[in-house]
Amino acid sequence: MTAAPAPDTLRAPLVVEFPFTRSLGPVQSAFLTGLRERTVLGVRTGDGRVLVPPVEYDPETAAELRDLVEVGATGTVTTWAWNPEPRRGQPLATPFAWVLVRLDGADTALLHALDAPGPEAVRTGMRVRIRWAEERAGAITDIACFEPYESVEGHEALGHDGTFDDPVTGIVAPARLDYTYTPGRAQTGYLHALTDNRIVGERCPSCSKVYVPPRGACPTCGVATTDQVEVGPRGTVTTFCIVNIKARGLDIDVPYVYAHIALDGAGLALHGRIGGIPYDQVRMGLRVEPVWSEGGRYPDHYRPTGEPDADYDTYKELL
Amino acid sequence: MTPDREVAIVAFAQTDHLRRTDELSEVEMVMPVLHEVLRQTGCKTSDIGFTCSGSSDYLAGRAFSFTMALDGVGAWPPISESHVEMDGAWALYEAWVKLLTGEADTALVYAYGKSSPGSVRDVLSRQLDPYYLAPLWPDSVALAALQARALIDAGHTDEPELAAVAARSRQDASANPHAQLPGARPQGDYVVAPLRTGDCPPVGDGAAAVILATGDRARELCARPAWIRGMDHRIEAHALGVRDLTDSPSTRLAAERAGAFDRPVDTAELHAPFSSQEVVLRRALDLDERVRVNPSGGALAANPVMAAGLVRLGEAAARIHRGASDRALAHATSGPCLQQNLVAVLEGDSRA
Ligand SMILES: [Zn+2]
Repeated sequence: MTAAPAPDTLRAPLVVEFPFTRSLGPVQSAFLTGLRERTVLGVRTGDGRVLVPPVEYDPETAAELRDLVEVGATGTVTTWAWNPEPRRGQPLATPFAWVLVRLDGADTALLHALDAPGPEAVRTGMRVRIRWAEERAGAITDIACFEPYESVEGHEALGHDGTFDDPVTGIVAPARLDYTYTPGRAQTGYLHALTDNRIVGERCPSCSKVYVPPRGACPTCGVATTDQVEVGPRGTVTTFCIVNIKARGLDIDVPYVYAHIALDGAGLALHGRIGGIPYDQVRMGLRVEPVWSEGGRYPDHYRPTGEPDADYDTYKELL
Repeated sequence: MTPDREVAIVAFAQTDHLRRTDELSEVEMVMPVLHEVLRQTGCKTSDIGFTCSGSSDYLAGRAFSFTMALDGVGAWPPISESHVEMDGAWALYEAWVKLLTGEADTALVYAYGKSSPGSVRDVLSRQLDPYYLAPLWPDSVALAALQARALIDAGHTDEPELAAVAARSRQDASANPHAQLPGARPQGDYVVAPLRTGDCPPVGDGAAAVILATGDRARELCARPAWIRGMDHRIEAHALGVRDLTDSPSTRLAAERAGAFDRPVDTAELHAPFSSQEVVLRRALDLDERVRVNPSGGALAANPVMAAGLVRLGEAAARIHRGASDRALAHATSGPCLQQNLVAVLEGDSRA
């Protein structure tokens, strides 16, 4: 048993990426379909205000809103901010102004980007118009951006039934976030040991239980587990299941056995695949050892050691 | 409202707030502050009636990341526990309600955030409306800058005044050993104009914990408990174009319901990650020069996302604990441009 050394910090890229598929209600569907058709719709509230972009319920009264109106493609900047370094996913790749624009005929403002040569060309109150995206699909990005456009405010909100051919009923909102994952002290120690084909846990100084893989804390005692302990390599199958359905991309023939394995010296079982024995001969108490594949960063599977089965009493606490 | 039971913050601890903590997992970061508040009160985990935490999976980039941190609490045998996917100030609110109902006499509240693994400006954009805003990827600085411009246009502030807010905060942070940005530093270039580097909060990692207790239990655990006289939180319309960005009616209403205007406060810990937001909050809360604002340095000096609001409550309470304040206001915010706001009023027993 040794005090865990401060290991070199491990790090790896972690990309979280998901397509959010969302359905649209009647108001959002009309608005986004309208953008595809170069028509900007708002919604009128009970007290006559026109909200653009439109929402289905009045943000003040929560009343249902369905009274669609068409507003202008020109508008007035109500506030702005100069963005000298555009970030991934933002509407323009060159420096631009973020703007809130009150479109002619609307009482509220829409957030978007304004294409302008520099901050000196932007001011609150300036007149702008929509620059439409060449290819439009029924999304807020159908507005490519705004551009300066001197004009007088003239457009009144006009009634619109919100009906279009082939309405957009849903959007896919892709999200991607990039992280650099660092596993922390305890898991770093575990991962470093695996590169030497060793498995280490950490012992709780209070209850003496050995956690594998260690996460740095004893959940029973709520204290740091700091003493590193090598466990295994042999262990005992405490419980198992037979997997009959192949996971996508997995090149292991079914059926196979997935088991909880209590490595010798560990205070809880970890899990792994059992190989080297027909699936229907795996049993509780079977003694196993890890099999490392060439260059593998963790045991590929566990195989029987040939020892007699462990007595139930020796592992019943680890089930 | 006037609560039937007296509830106080009796202990507070926070980590040093650092740009990165690569060598620590979340639970490794949280555990020392949990142990510190338990040490301050002499409580053991088994003495705590209710535990509540605040954090965000999006910061960690992992689903249910808070379950890992629970190991640091000692969650076996089973405890009464809850979690909010929000700043820990809202976890404290939940714990306060739990104590008011009489279901517990003590509560442990903690919060943590590691912003260093990802890009917090982009991560926060994922809390925006997914139909009209999120596809444009407006980042948190951009949205705050729109608010700052609106304030300047309205004549409520100007760039020199914003710089002065930033300078005062970091100067005050010199006395805060946990701060990430203590002491004077240049205002820097525009990040998103009109906001410069100095107007923006540092990006960093950190955690905080408090213990709450009721009535006589609080008096046993703390020489001068910080009694929560009232607490309330309010939210405004999500769409930025619907709101008057120069005002914060939700803060004012929460403060009113928390009793903040009944008598003057001597201290205000405001959760204003951007210098311009302090201008909005001061106006909404009617704070004048007699009120000591953010003596800790505030979020401009240390802004561990998801913990910074709880830190405001903790800092305000700690000032009462040590007799530097008799009546303090603590504020926490969440969402773009001060969308959601929580206000608590804390008081110490009068001193002979
Ligand atoms: Zn233990």
